[in-house]
Amino acid sequence: MNFTKTIMTTASAALISGAAFAESHMSMEMTIVSWGGAYSNSQLRAYHEPYSAKTGVTILNDDSSSTAVAQLRAMNEANNITWDVVDVEAAPAMQLCDEGLAMEIDPDTMLAAAPDGTPASEDFGDMLVSECFIPQIVYSTTFGYRTDLVGDTPPDNVCAVFDTKTYPGKRSLFSVPINQMEWALLCDGVAKSEIYDVLATEDGQDRALAKLDTIKDDVIWVSSGSDTPQLLADGEVIMGATYNGRLFSLIEEQKQPVAMIWDGQVMDLDGWIIPAGLSPERQARALDYIMFATDTQRLADQAKYISYGPARASSAPLVGKHADLGIDMAPHMPTAPENLSRAFLMNYDFWADYRDDLDAKFQAWLAK
Amino acid sequence: MISTPSDKILLSADGRPLKQSLSRSLRQQKIRALLLIAPLLIFIFVAFIMPIVSMLSRSVENDLVSQTLPQTVQALQSWDALSGELPSEPVYAAFALDIQNAAKAKVHTKVGLRLNYEKSGIASLFKKTARKAKKWDIQNDGPFKDKLIKVHKGWGEVEVWQTLKTHSPRYTSGYFLNAIDMRKTAEGADFQPEDKTILIKLFQRTLIMSLIITFSCILLGYPVAWLLANLPMRQANLLMILVLLPFWTSLLVRTSAWKVMLQQQGVINDILVQLSLVSDEARLIMINNEIGTIVAMTHILLPFMILPMYSVMQTIPPSYLRAAKSLGATNWTAFWRVYFPQSVPGIGAGSILVFILAIGYYITPEIVGGTKGVFISNRIAYHILKSLNWGLAAALGTILLVAVLVLYWTYDKIVGIDNVKLGG
Repeated sequence: MNFTKTIMTTASAALISGAAFAESHMSMEMTIVSWGGAYSNSQLRAYHEPYSAKTGVTILNDDSSSTAVAQLRAMNEANNITWDVVDVEAAPAMQLCDEGLAMEIDPDTMLAAAPDGTPASEDFGDMLVSECFIPQIVYSTTFGYRTDLVGDTPPDNVCAVFDTKTYPGKRSLFSVPINQMEWALLCDGVAKSEIYDVLATEDGQDRALAKLDTIKDDVIWVSSGSDTPQLLADGEVIMGATYNGRLFSLIEEQKQPVAMIWDGQVMDLDGWIIPAGLSPERQARALDYIMFATDTQRLADQAKYISYGPARASSAPLVGKHADLGIDMAPHMPTAPENLSRAFLMNYDFWADYRDDLDAKFQAWLAK
Repeated sequence: MISTPSDKILLSADGRPLKQSLSRSLRQQKIRALLLIAPLLIFIFVAFIMPIVSMLSRSVENDLVSQTLPQTVQALQSWDALSGELPSEPVYAAFALDIQNAAKAKVHTKVGLRLNYEKSGIASLFKKTARKAKKWDIQNDGPFKDKLIKVHKGWGEVEVWQTLKTHSPRYTSGYFLNAIDMRKTAEGADFQPEDKTILIKLFQRTLIMSLIITFSCILLGYPVAWLLANLPMRQANLLMILVLLPFWTSLLVRTSAWKVMLQQQGVINDILVQLSLVSDEARLIMINNEIGTIVAMTHILLPFMILPMYSVMQTIPPSYLRAAKSLGATNWTAFWRVYFPQSVPGIGAGSILVFILAIGYYITPEIVGGTKGVFISNRIAYHILKSLNWGLAAALGTILLVAVLVLYWTYDKIVGIDNVKLGG
């Protein structure tokens, strides 16, 4: 009797601390999957902590986003889905949606409208690349260079990577065809608008690899986003590719002698999906979380902790200063006008078709 | 004189025939023993045998195509893939029906992805077609041949239909062919184009580098094990701690430490430059290549070599060496003719352990191997986690498993597995 009473009081205390009794049909624990590191930390401070404070929900973090598609497929086969909300890039989100592994989300009924009443579908606009995907940030893959190791004319163009005469020394690139092939063609004189047409042909692929051949001996090939910042900090490479947020933290937080090349930055989106087939309680909780975490203010808040651009148009004016450093964050966003004008847009459909084929070719070329 | 009457059966105390009673108690003993180890058996079955069996079956299973496109597969039976002509209208109509059902059940991309491993472009072909086909009325909207070709010109290519037909049987050798740099085509097995061959090379590299690592472990481990077995207790204990300390340290920490040591601006290069043994411009490249993998993995696997060697060497009586010397043998002869042969079982056990661990290593080559020092396991991980080609990953894993079993068998034939000792 006493025991039941204790449980009842605890439960009702939890409920009262929550928004309302209406929440009793939502589960009080959720697992959110993300990328770990500074990025997860920014989500923790901008989304998880305020949400837990508001609702009393316990949030468990799992840093498995890099293998999310494989794991969701396996969970689906085993019929045991243990994740509630998953942070993924746009391409895997489209794949999960097509395979029925992510639930469809109607932006106008399931997401918060902008403060001025603009419906979410307009506020996100072109960023809504899939019915299941709620974009969160715009990030880019771009180059950083050591200001003390590149001589008197610091590079301002992505093709500096291929210019070993002016900038002798090692550079780091990802050991995957995505992005490296595009940059190679771009610097071999192909117009931005024609890159994917050229890359779809055998000759174009050989051309990209031939261009990469010219710097092959000067490249350290890396597999994770944390490699290049480390290599730059150690002076192992004079320039290298990684995500812009990592470079920001290397430059502004760790005060390393590194600067960025925004030219040729390849933009991509990152955002949330909710796995299909959750129980009603868990699904309701996941939707409630998404509604909270993707509203205008929350997305702007995340930019206080990391230099990724919020995906909502209405969040951009609210982007303020870095929470700890006090730097104005707007110019550090990949979406800042002067950075945006030099960006390169990735073609998701192309890579869905050619990734397996080009990856085999790329790996064979690397092993040569 | 003792006589045992043959017509009289020996009875036990409870009046049953002795033979029966004995076999019964033996059986009970067996059952009891089996019950005692039942938790272990169940664990091994669930956590070891079942995954391996499921991996083996995944490497040949291919029901996705025939399950998702049943009518098409049926209709394609009568089409001659080598005729060079497109299939006729019934095939297209069957496909229109299948793709519509698949699109409704959201399984069309999975098939598209499966066939895209064989021919690039099929993924988007399926995606685009499914989007259109959802709105079709299959009964009245025919004929579908021109309609499908209009949706995407891919349906007018014989090669697409060949791929579909070739990869429609429920069981396929396709994954195994892919795993050895070949492919299944309408004409039969064929080699991959040369610019896509990578897996055989990786298998070779994995084997050769694992052998190099095993031999470096023997070379480095033998003297240490000898010291451990022959030093006075106090020093030996200290040395043992030095061997075990890295063994207890996290694998990732040890691997990352090698990164700091070996890189061009790292500790070793800095020292060499300061000693003017190497000029600042020509710092040695010792990481992100084969050397990095070999050095780091030798260090990580060394305890697995030292410990079995040590436990065998401990059992070799020191009096044998003394006896050999008293009979006039030089130090070298006494070691080589008397001591070494007795320590071979330890080397054998250590080598098997190290080699089998090395051949399946993944994380260390990934971190320090760059592109020239990665193993076949890194490619398996890629196919499991990124390309989602689990069939190919399973085929690669199966080949690796068979390779280890074959090597184990050869080892047994040449050295003899009875000659392997982990101690005692």
